[in-house]
Amino acid sequence: MRLVLVGTSHHRAPVELREQLFVSAAENRELVERLAGADAEAVVLSTCNRTELYLAHGDDEAAQARAFAELTALAGLAESEIAPALYTLTDEAAALHVFRVAAGLDSLIPGEAQILGQVRGAYEAAREADTAGPVLHRVFRQALRVGRRVRTETAIGENPASISSAAAELAERVFGTLEGRRILVLGAGKMSDLATVNLISRGVDSVFVANRSVERAERLARRFGGRAAGLDAVEAELENADVVVASTSASGYVLSAEQVERAMRARKGRPIFFVDIAVPRDIDPAVNEIEGCYLYDVDDLERVVEESVAGRREEAVRAEAIVADEAERFRDWQLSLDVVPAIASLRALAESIREDELARAEGRLGSLSPSQRRAVESLTAQIVNKLLHPPTVRMKEAAAAADGVLYADAIRHLFALEDDDHPARKPRK
Amino acid sequence: MLFWPALAGYVEAAVAYLGDSVRPGRLARFAIWGVRLGWLAQTGLLAAQAARAEGFPWGSWAGSLNLFVWLVVGTYLVWGCRSPFRLLGLAVMPLAVALFVVAWAAGGAGSHSRSELGDVFLAFHVGFVLAAFAGFTLAAGLAGLYLWQERRLKRHAPGLLRQRAPSQEALDRLTARTVAVAVPALTLGLAVGAVRLTLEGGGFDALMAVALAVWVAYTGFLFLRYQAGWRGRRTAYLALAGIAFVVAALVPVSHF
Repeated sequence: MRLVLVGTSHHRAPVELREQLFVSAAENRELVERLAGADAEAVVLSTCNRTELYLAHGDDEAAQARAFAELTALAGLAESEIAPALYTLTDEAAALHVFRVAAGLDSLIPGEAQILGQVRGAYEAAREADTAGPVLHRVFRQALRVGRRVRTETAIGENPASISSAAAELAERVFGTLEGRRILVLGAGKMSDLATVNLISRGVDSVFVANRSVERAERLARRFGGRAAGLDAVEAELENADVVVASTSASGYVLSAEQVERAMRARKGRPIFFVDIAVPRDIDPAVNEIEGCYLYDVDDLERVVEESVAGRREEAVRAEAIVADEAERFRDWQLSLDVVPAIASLRALAESIREDELARAEGRLGSLSPSQRRAVESLTAQIVNKLLHPPTVRMKEAAAAADGVLYADAIRHLFALEDDDHPARKPRK
Repeated sequence: MLFWPALAGYVEAAVAYLGDSVRPGRLARFAIWGVRLGWLAQTGLLAAQAARAEGFPWGSWAGSLNLFVWLVVGTYLVWGCRSPFRLLGLAVMPLAVALFVVAWAAGGAGSHSRSELGDVFLAFHVGFVLAAFAGFTLAAGLAGLYLWQERRLKRHAPGLLRQRAPSQEALDRLTARTVAVAVPALTLGLAVGAVRLTLEGGGFDALMAVALAVWVAYTGFLFLRYQAGWRGRRTAYLALAGIAFVVAALVPVSHF
């Protein structure tokens, strides 16, 4: 069985084409069943950044043609139009690719975490549709393991990759956990919304929105189950807030250092973390000088994100080594498929000879007690195992050196083995 | 014999912590193992000293410094294995190395350290006081870490999130709790010392004055932290100021 991948991603296809090629969860089952047919295995991975069809088939050219036809139909384009956007990879290269994808190394932001869940989803969908056979089971299980290894053995996914997550992580550096913290949001625009969503996902449980238009503030506050008021209520709310997110469209400062100083006196030194993502800025920069106040504006946060992404790239070098190591394991496994059937047949032959000879000796052995019978069974089994151990090991070593087929043929010839039968050689159904 | 493996472990840990602060994550494991092995070797050294001495073996100032280093490193080990607190090792381990070498140079870490004082009262007195001093030292380390991180947060320092460290609130809380545990130990130690002084006689010396000053300083710390509501930078400075008294009590006043 050959492993074949045909697909496209953000590296090759513009967003318009990716949109056309996107396969929803509902469409996934039908597509994998069509791709697998009666003679192949299939998994479809489709996200906003990629659509990739993985097939395992005895004939790689037939598999490629099948995948190509499906993608062309999905895009609704002529073959010549879609061809430049597609890539085709086989066997070890295809495995290496899916391992890199699962590790987040092929993502726009190295190490992003979402892709591992998407790979798992694609594999689960194929399992439910019963279109994943021995080869794709092996590839995708290994890909999921690679994804986990990369995230635990490197720091690739540890630092924030967006302004809102950078702000949340910095706030955690001040407070530890954000669970039970109070957030004061100044402005009711999209940026406030994004930052608030991120903070809420980390446990913030009380939201107060202040905006020039109270109606818009109330609309945003309702989304998060919070309260709302006009900007004149800000100073009073400062006494209770732990994190302040500011992104109004005001032309001057909405929050002065004097206001914050007054609030800090009432707070008895409890710290506040300020995130000012407005341009022009909403919070007087002098606030950062006040004891217990930490202020980050949009430039500061962008620097944190840039640095974090650069750090992820450094970690990506370590992650690539893990991926390469796993790809080599896959290659060894795939090569071993050439000899595994011969080994299985040889062992089956030896076992049947052993059982036949034991049955024939039944009369001569007389009446054996159960423990004596077990001893004879064990003895004969050990002889067979010891005899077959060296040729088994040698054949596996030969498989890794690409001579496996020669050895397997020699074994079949010497022991007069019939055509062997192994799941990885056979089609799925 | 056991002094050198202990020192080697501590030095290795101090160097590894330094390396870890430059490139986080790589050397922290070596540092922790350095601390563990060094501390085990020092435990062996103290056990050997206790076996050979006729009375309380750490009654001399150099001997008590040796015991103090062991207590500081032992207390640090409770938190030091957790990744956010590894940075604390950067403050604790170089200090431990320096004090350990001083203790050795003054004969407090040798196999024949002299036992100047030998009663049970004294063992309790020195034990409690040194345990409290170890707590104050750790509190100072935590306070130093708080101020260092505050400075980095305020200045938006590069690499801020790549460095694993406890949150500001955790550092502030732990500093206060460590002092809150150490002050009763010091109170007990001083009380035992006072009882012994009453029973056996003796004058009020400079060391006692400094020990009392330490007690007043840290009791004041607890009052300001828990009654007056001080926190953050101010309590961190207080914890650092208090450690100056501890250093005065441990080295120069005891020596002269």
